Amino acid sequence: MSDGATDTKRAGGTAFWVVGAILLLVMPLLNVLPPEDSWFHLSDFSLNRFGKFLAFGILALGLDLIWGYTGILSLGQGVFFGLGAYCMSMHMMLTIGKESVYGSEMPDFMVWNQVKELPLFWKPFYSFPMAVIGAILVPMLFALIFGFFAFRSRIKGVYFAIITQALALVAWLVFNRNDTNLGGTNGLTDFKQIIGYRLSEPGTQRVLYVITVLCLGASYLFCQWIIRSRAGRVLVAVRDSEKRVVFSGYTPANYKLFVFVVAAALAGLAGMLYAPQVGIITPAQIGVLPSLEMVIWVAVGGRASLAGAVLGAVSVNYGRSVLTNYFPELWPFILGGLFVLVVLLFPDGLIGMMRKGKGLLRQKKSGEEKPIVPNQKLAVPEGKR
Amino acid sequence: MAEQGSFQNSIIYLDGVTVDYDGFKALNHLTFMVDYKELRVVIGPNGAGKTTLLDVICGKTKPASGRVVFGQDVDLKGKREDEIVALGIGRKFQAPSIYGFLTVWENLDLSLKRSSKGVFATLFGKSTAEERARIEENLETIGLKDYAHTRAGSLSHGQKQWLEIGMVILQDPSLLLVDEPVAGMTDEETEQTGQLLQSLAEKQAIIVIEHDMEFVRQIARIVTVLHEGTVICEGTVEKVQADDRVREIYLGRQKVAHV
Repeated sequence: MSDGATDTKRAGGTAFWVVGAILLLVMPLLNVLPPEDSWFHLSDFSLNRFGKFLAFGILALGLDLIWGYTGILSLGQGVFFGLGAYCMSMHMMLTIGKESVYGSEMPDFMVWNQVKELPLFWKPFYSFPMAVIGAILVPMLFALIFGFFAFRSRIKGVYFAIITQALALVAWLVFNRNDTNLGGTNGLTDFKQIIGYRLSEPGTQRVLYVITVLCLGASYLFCQWIIRSRAGRVLVAVRDSEKRVVFSGYTPANYKLFVFVVAAALAGLAGMLYAPQVGIITPAQIGVLPSLEMVIWVAVGGRASLAGAVLGAVSVNYGRSVLTNYFPELWPFILGGLFVLVVLLFPDGLIGMMRKGKGLLRQKKSGEEKPIVPNQKLAVPEGKR
Repeated sequence: MAEQGSFQNSIIYLDGVTVDYDGFKALNHLTFMVDYKELRVVIGPNGAGKTTLLDVICGKTKPASGRVVFGQDVDLKGKREDEIVALGIGRKFQAPSIYGFLTVWENLDLSLKRSSKGVFATLFGKSTAEERARIEENLETIGLKDYAHTRAGSLSHGQKQWLEIGMVILQDPSLLLVDEPVAGMTDEETEQTGQLLQSLAEKQAIIVIEHDMEFVRQIARIVTVLHEGTVICEGTVEKVQADDRVREIYLGRQKVAHV
């Protein structure tokens, strides 16, 4: 058994570098090297779209930490994603300068809304480093305050899910208002450049893609480090039997707060990378529905598996972008159906299916019956089974 | 506090404790004490307040009145559960509560007494050789040496109970609270559990709540009988079984022939 454990660790390690090399080298090279009519050519559009999916993968890692490993369902990750995306977008709005439609130094929507002077909270975002730091620190700070009160009051389970959903709704309402001075329903868009590089240039987008891959890799290793530490096992222990954790001398509220803040930071980072690649952020991308979709990514990919979370985020979004081409109206039903299907039939998601398949193959190869470890039901506290 | 009755030898002393659940007195002016290194068995019919007694000691339930004194002079009233754990009171729950997804070794490793159990200490902490040796030794004690790297969730019911006892022992408690440890165990497992508890009682005080009279006879030195939140009898198994009130309220309803 212990050999098996190190085995999967090593296999996980090789897979990490193989996938990393494909994402970091092969994909951009397929974009640059083959001629455009070649079969192997990856279009600028495809690469850019894939970069967006990988940014979602970063968010999924955080959601997996808090939901998959710790068993706390947060339906408000879209808010932290939004905070990160808006921080970066505010900076990009301010660098549009005189290129804007109205030719004013002020963002277009402010001219339209007759705002005479740039609101104070916009001013720090003239600085690019401030925008980067803000995109991560603002969601963290927000999660710290919100989580402090929620976990101190011992809000858990369904109640936590509901209040985080309420948070998503409130954020959506606030960002929609014109007097919040964040562009209202239309959000922030029409970005021209980032630290002097034109966003319309394929080269800029390629660099953004590479940065996203690097951030995803670093986030993955960071999450893996947490999970493999004793703290990571405390997180799983909180999920399995919180009562026991308390009586082993730990304070679960502190661990929950920690993982909630980490998840918020990763969501903020994802939002920060998303905005310049997609070119627009609106309240519609941060409200209740997108926050729910994020949960589905992780469920489909496989809870309590970091690779599963990323796989889920990429595959669901890929499916979405393909299927919405053909059946735009059907997508919500497909997504909902997918969720029900996965929860009922494949509680361990895509990654669980892959592992099972691998197990069966190995069994056939060695020709002997090996017992398949029964699937642990996740996120159900011991006492409630 | 001393003049109010400090008991040189008691590790836990409950003085006039009342727990009131909306008018129902789960504990009614209960006075109860246990000496250092004593193995005490608490029995009583359903609803007598046995589990509430443990809940009060470990801080899960706050009494409406009365004092709970740990050791010489530590008042447990108003302390958080984790603070009480840190003082040296460990609890084994009735239903096995272990971490099913983690291995037996990881279960024990998390339970081991350490100077800090904060987020950052556990994030950066590494096991020392001494800690690993303690876990090895513990695995031997609870008979799970061959299962160190098995997922705890796949252990048998009895093994899970032992694992949880092992987890509590690793916290180095000076007082161990054990709630119905042998419920659902086979006769052989029950016997072994009895031996385990008796050997542990050489080092620490233990309070065991139990229903199984056979098991009580095996391990008990002194038995306390609770009824409607108060102690109605205390003494050796023989004395308790000979007591008329006890027979009436408790044993009388079961097999009197047993006595």
